[in-house]
Amino acid sequence: MDFLQPTSWSEALDLRAERPDALPIAGGTDVMVELNFDRRRPGALLDLGRVPELSEWEADDGVVRLGAGVPYARVIDQLGAQLPGLAMAARTVGSPQIRMRGTVGGNLGSASPAGDAHPPLLAAGAVVEVASAARGSRDIPAADFYTGVKRNALEPDELIAAVRVPAATGPQQFSKIGTRNAMVIAVSAFACALHPDRRAVGTGIGSAAPTPRRAADAEAFLAGELQSAGLWESRAELPETLARAFGERVAAAASPIDDVRGSAAYRRHSLSVMARRAVTWAWSDLREAA
Amino acid sequence: MRVTTTVNGTEHEVDDVWEGESLLYVLRERMGLPGAKNACEQGECGSCTVYLDGEPVCACLVAAGQANGREVTTVEGLAHGGELHPVQEAFVECGAVQCGFCTPGLVVAAHDLLARVPRPSDLEIREALAGNLCRCTGYEKILDAVRLAADRQAAR
Repeated sequence: MDFLQPTSWSEALDLRAERPDALPIAGGTDVMVELNFDRRRPGALLDLGRVPELSEWEADDGVVRLGAGVPYARVIDQLGAQLPGLAMAARTVGSPQIRMRGTVGGNLGSASPAGDAHPPLLAAGAVVEVASAARGSRDIPAADFYTGVKRNALEPDELIAAVRVPAATGPQQFSKIGTRNAMVIAVSAFACALHPDRRAVGTGIGSAAPTPRRAADAEAFLAGELQSAGLWESRAELPETLARAFGERVAAAASPIDDVRGSAAYRRHSLSVMARRAVTWAWSDLREAA
Repeated sequence: MRVTTTVNGTEHEVDDVWEGESLLYVLRERMGLPGAKNACEQGECGSCTVYLDGEPVCACLVAAGQANGREVTTVEGLAHGGELHPVQEAFVECGAVQCGFCTPGLVVAAHDLLARVPRPSDLEIREALAGNLCRCTGYEKILDAVRLAADRQAAR
């Protein structure tokens, strides 16, 4: 095995193109588990930890460009106001030690349906910025990025540069089910974002389908009901029946399986409960802000 | 490959490190520093917690090459000479150690917490230690030890 350690983004892309057998590693919280347990023996490790471009984030014109190598601990400390949904999800990742190393880029690279970052990225309408030495960079909407269980839309010569997330224009919430608060791989997870500026609702479902996914029907339903009831203007209380109907539509968007962490039925039920609660919290945040 | 890392203030240079090896393996098996413990090898238990450039991490999840040129502090580096660090003293006095396997990781995690948050609430202690598993104590004595260490630190 070779250990490749580029110190710039262009060098990283060249190495990625030269070595299709290399496995990129950032925080190591997924990759090292696979190596420690003999599950994977790549021809090389491509350590992205010394590529300075990946460890920065910047906000410009209402969009946060989050470098793929920014660890969860910094998302929590520095981006709670602009990306509240992602920061809440980051707070539930592993343990302090894991959050110190693990990155949003790594979550995207692993593309596990249970990755905690995915639901808030979907709810916020994030775009994944990937690049190759040969073709430069291209954008992939988060909703198109996940292509199967632990599979994503990256070409073999591409690396994830950053994820661009619109800064929140309204309340965001994240909810996750597991056996305890820490060190939990989600049994199911849900994120929602209210976008009062364009009177829209965003959602993201985790651990309840082969990929993270939006609940597009639930989004359109809730936005339409809020519109027709004049609630975007009045900011009146969210009717419980509406929150419940939203939760049912979110659950209907999932296609969960039975596995060691939970049953399909429980995943679907928990999603309907989490979605009802999360949207109720978000709506009361919106009312309080008014 | 060769890995050069400053551990507890001393530069260590080791050769013939396998590229897929963890920092934990290098510390324990190549540098003779068995303080950080090897238990789960998947970041679940926190027994291998060390500082990497001042940040508490699971050494089992750091590739050896990622620690090249970096500074590592292990539990062996917390005591000064023969004198235990106040966090270590508090663990001894409170009976926060039973089999002792999780202790090095918990001591490093508690040390980090008290450096950042001198008077942590119980919730803050629980969250800071959430990545460190102990199967003996039931955690109560560990919480006592962190509170005692915080009190002592504040009194000084």
